Amino acid sequence: MSYVRLTNVTKRFGRVTAVNSLNLAIEKGECFSMLGPSGCGKTTTLRMVAGFEDLDEGEIRVGGRLLSSRTRNFYLPPEKRDFGMVFQAFAVWPHLSVYENVAFPLRIRKLSAAEIAARTQDALTSTNLLKSAQDSPENLSGGGKQRVALARALAINPDVMLLDEPLSSLDPHLREEMRFEIKDLQRKYGFSIIYVTHDQSEAMALSDRILVMKQGVVQQIDSPLNIYNKPANKFVFSFIGLHNFLSVNPLPDGTASLDGQRPLPEALAPPGELRDAGPLSLATRPSEIDFSTEGHFTATVTRKSFLGEIVDYQLTAGGQELRIQKNRRVPGPEVGETCGVLLLKPYWFGENA
Amino acid sequence: MSALAKKNDLDAAHFILGLSIAILVIVVAVPVLLIFLNAFWAEGKFNIVDVFAVLREPDTYQALLNSLIIASGTTLGSTVVGTFFAWLVTRTDLPFKKFMRGMFLVPFMLPSFIGALAWKMLLSPRAGYINRLFMDVFGLEAPVFNIYSYLGIVAVEVMYLFPFVFIQVCGALERMDPTLEEAARISGAGLFTITRRITIPLVLPSILSGALLIMLYSMAHFGTVAVLGIENGIYNIPTLIYERIHQSAGSFASIRTGTVLASVLVISAAFIIWLQGKVLGRGRYQIIAGKSFRPVELKLRALRWPMLGFCVLYIGVTIVLPTAVIFLVGGLKTYGLPFVSENLSLANYKFILFEYQVTKDAILNSVTLGLAAAFITMFAGVMISYVIVKMKVRGKGFLEFLGMLPFSVPGSVIALGVILAWSGKYGVNLYNTVWIILVAYIARYMAFSLKANSAALEQVHDSLMEAARACGAGMWQTLRDIVLPLVRPGMLAAFFLIFLPSLRELTVSIMLYAPTTRTIGVAIYTLNEDGETVFSAALAGIALLLIITGQTIINRVSAKYQG
Amino acid sequence: MATILVESVSKRYGKHQVLDYFSLRIEHGECFTLLGPSGCGKTVLLRLIAGFETPDSGAIRIGETVVARADNGTHLPPERRGLGVVFQDYAVWPHLSVFDNVAYPLKLAGLPKQSVRDRVLESVALVNMTGLENRLPSELSGGQQQRVALARALVARPALLLLDEPLSNLDANLREEMRFEIRELQRKLDITVLYVTHDQEIALALSDRLAILDENGILRQTGTPPEIFEHPADLFVFNFMGVANLLPARGEGKACLVGRQIFPVEPGACPDGARRLAGFRPSDVLIDRESPDGAPCLRGTVRRASFLGPVMDYLIDVDGNTLRASVDTHEALDRDRMFREGDPCVLRFRNLHWFDASDTAGKGAGA
Repeated sequence: MSYVRLTNVTKRFGRVTAVNSLNLAIEKGECFSMLGPSGCGKTTTLRMVAGFEDLDEGEIRVGGRLLSSRTRNFYLPPEKRDFGMVFQAFAVWPHLSVYENVAFPLRIRKLSAAEIAARTQDALTSTNLLKSAQDSPENLSGGGKQRVALARALAINPDVMLLDEPLSSLDPHLREEMRFEIKDLQRKYGFSIIYVTHDQSEAMALSDRILVMKQGVVQQIDSPLNIYNKPANKFVFSFIGLHNFLSVNPLPDGTASLDGQRPLPEALAPPGELRDAGPLSLATRPSEIDFSTEGHFTATVTRKSFLGEIVDYQLTAGGQELRIQKNRRVPGPEVGETCGVLLLKPYWFGENA
Repeated sequence: MSALAKKNDLDAAHFILGLSIAILVIVVAVPVLLIFLNAFWAEGKFNIVDVFAVLREPDTYQALLNSLIIASGTTLGSTVVGTFFAWLVTRTDLPFKKFMRGMFLVPFMLPSFIGALAWKMLLSPRAGYINRLFMDVFGLEAPVFNIYSYLGIVAVEVMYLFPFVFIQVCGALERMDPTLEEAARISGAGLFTITRRITIPLVLPSILSGALLIMLYSMAHFGTVAVLGIENGIYNIPTLIYERIHQSAGSFASIRTGTVLASVLVISAAFIIWLQGKVLGRGRYQIIAGKSFRPVELKLRALRWPMLGFCVLYIGVTIVLPTAVIFLVGGLKTYGLPFVSENLSLANYKFILFEYQVTKDAILNSVTLGLAAAFITMFAGVMISYVIVKMKVRGKGFLEFLGMLPFSVPGSVIALGVILAWSGKYGVNLYNTVWIILVAYIARYMAFSLKANSAALEQVHDSLMEAARACGAGMWQTLRDIVLPLVRPGMLAAFFLIFLPSLRELTVSIMLYAPTTRTIGVAIYTLNEDGETVFSAALAGIALLLIITGQTIINRVSAKYQG
Repeated sequence: MATILVESVSKRYGKHQVLDYFSLRIEHGECFTLLGPSGCGKTVLLRLIAGFETPDSGAIRIGETVVARADNGTHLPPERRGLGVVFQDYAVWPHLSVFDNVAYPLKLAGLPKQSVRDRVLESVALVNMTGLENRLPSELSGGQQQRVALARALVARPALLLLDEPLSNLDANLREEMRFEIRELQRKLDITVLYVTHDQEIALALSDRLAILDENGILRQTGTPPEIFEHPADLFVFNFMGVANLLPARGEGKACLVGRQIFPVEPGACPDGARRLAGFRPSDVLIDRESPDGAPCLRGTVRRASFLGPVMDYLIDVDGNTLRASVDTHEALDRDRMFREGDPCVLRFRNLHWFDASDTAGKGAGA
């Protein structure tokens, strides 16, 4: 029995369906990310779990407790749900000290003074904030503010932690550091995480499972490696990292050609189930292509940029653009040269899928 | 050749700086300095003993006390009323919130002394329509409410000043990052707790800042106290200055009292402004954020429609009723008659617009004075702001200090200062001419112009000007082609910010007018004093029409600029 | 010709000495980048060359003209230096249409109407904005506004184009696109470009040569992008050019030690008694489970394994030193290099840069 359970959850804003009959089960202690472009419904979903939005259909349960249900016309307000939540813009209260920010949820619950002190102390210790306990959060850096927000969310020792793009207001290097801190806190306290982000590498690095969403509809729910390695469709593939899409026409003999002109070798034939699907997309990642004399087809280098550790090539093949990134130590062609390219990991999708 | 070009730039910069300093010194600094000089400098030496002697005189002491009482009452009342309505229209599900929000801003454009006039007609102890209604119809012995009282004065000032707090708090509540409140909710706090422990503390700096603004305004406010207080012997600082200067024209003792009182005003104003800076500097939290959802909205449930009813009633009583009374009394044949159709006509309006020399002069004076003051102050303000905001020249610090002055000098102080400066003692005598009023208007409204123009100039990033230089434009060409077109909205705003209030100006003009240089405000006030209540009301009605028309034009224009 | 010569230029703001006897030569027709952390004085140098600031000492020449010289007060105002400038915040005039923005330099120069029109359209076409001439800047995206700024800077055909972080307000894709466009325009028009940035990737991708300044405004190295990347002059440059690993090593007898292990390096890299830092990039670490053919390796433990999509990112502990290694995901999958946290591993290195351990410019390992 999974811990957080969303059944047929649907939310509409006017005529727009923000979330369309979403089913979701998240285990206890799991780190679950919702990934997608802005407006895909991931934040709305999180806010429905938090209780800031009611739902138009379906129900949400956590640990067997009913939180929202349309059919039973039941809705538990956010202040009664006992979640921890961290927001993008920190949302720490500038008029309260760091300590009072963290103690706030405990004071609301009218715990004993000793208990409040102990729990606040614990949350501040876990987030390395003991030294700044009496400071105003205004004087802290972005990373410091976000630690206060985390400590405040931890204080009540919640079973579920809701994180709404918590790192996107931070510098890139700080972002990476905080990512690990969140993970360490989860290990220590054992809460489940529902994490909303539009940054794929953040989701990859942090999550046990990822949900990729587009226009309110689930595209794939899987482990990070499977999302990367076995994308369910073209959208999922395009959303994770850099990508090349080549338009390809299937030929009657089971092979295919690069837009009518160049037949591709048999080694690069589309899978059987897609042969009758009309024009296809041949998808590859720039890092998964080699220069090779025994390549699948030839292409001409139009741009070459030295980016430090890697060199970035742009090529054209039959009027279509192809991008390749190689370690700077791998020898490669110069601008204007034509060379063979070998697709190490080709993916096939229907053109309009 | 190249060195020459640099020198030209520098000369131009110094010329502008010098001119800016000269304007502020002549228009603002000299009058204020003369006030201090007259107050603290007697017979060639510094003299503080006499200053205290003046302050201890019963009349003076009472006026100081009254200013304090009235200002405190007004501030307190306005803060409560302003904060409550601001909360109501931003944080609850009150019906027609947007419309109500607009209505609460209407008192901003109504002159409070015209409001005071209307309330006098409604609630003066014997002749007030409401008091008479109760006494005649219900047979009450005594009047229901005597408007000639501290409470009356404070109530009327609150009606017209609370928008200062209202607008500040509305802005703060609307800009506030809703996740600050959501974070409290997810922490387990209910809406009432959030309002008390999160929302109110976060907007407290805005509330205080608005409250101090009202304090400043009310301390130095002339009109309401003049209309409602003098009758009953209630004077505050500005009205006492007026009384002394006006009644005992030019005697040494009265000038002395006037300058001492004016000094007190300037010092308190400077203190209030300093305090406001302190509150804003320390407490203006970074509570604004990017990504936002709708803020938590309190459901009024059963109170929804009653609350709307209350708001409508408030607006009806404080705006519609007084305005209607002004127009109705303006149409009466004789003051005191009941409002029935046979007593009402447009004759009074026709008379004051086309026949009565005093009011015709007043309207003409006010319009020309307003236009001239707005025009001159707008250009002077843009130049001074440019030096302060954009130029890197030595000696700018002094100008910045001078630029702060207009903000802390109340109207009656300016009037007294220009009397001291321009009455012939220093070679130029403008007294009893329209020019002295013009000079005083420029000094009084310089703050508005500096504020609007600096704000506009801050928006013009340096790189926009540097880009022009890199394109081959010299300094003057850059000013003409880039800077001026970009600050035009600010200049236009400054123009109207000066022109409209000057149409209803009373505090300054009342101290400076001569028989032929009455302004609209002076004419309304003196007609009322002379018992010509119906003419006074008719002229007030016309002033209201002018102001409302002007305001509508501004709103249209600024909407166009923003869209 | 627009060779820029900066000779012993100093500039001070209050107590802060931004540039101290700074000299630099930029050749005609070169795309030259000033790269450094914020506050290093690179923007000040650009503004000195543009003429928005005057030097406290030294001289600046553009081509044959002395445009600024401190000792005799020479200062040619910016409008007469014949250059184009593009700013970080675009600085497109909001009250003028695209056409009028671009036409402004030509109008000032007093060109006849028809040739103004021709040159503006040509310039607008150059930055791929044809058809948008009548738009106001408020109707354009950030990238489009920056194109307008570029067209305006180029329309008067300056020999020198100064760019002050022009791409840092744009999103990643657009930044990359504009990078190529600037490069191509520079080649097509044969002008000198001086580009100021703190982003080492842009600097590497764009420049013929670049100069690296440290936070005190001191020039650390000039050279072509591969020169700088492969042969950093010092630890500061090495650190600044990307994620940097620094492993402290000491020479004991003939051996080089890291912690308690023997560090297999070429002889002489770390002589007896020396304390040195071995610097390398994450992609220069070869990580395996077992040493291939028993070749000498360092042994370590994986502390953290982060799957980032195209790459696996490992944080590895070697006797108390932390270093970072990255492996392409497809390679990690194909060649059994998917490590879990706690796994032991062996490490070899493709290329090491040696620095003195006393060099204080280092900020430690990039972990």
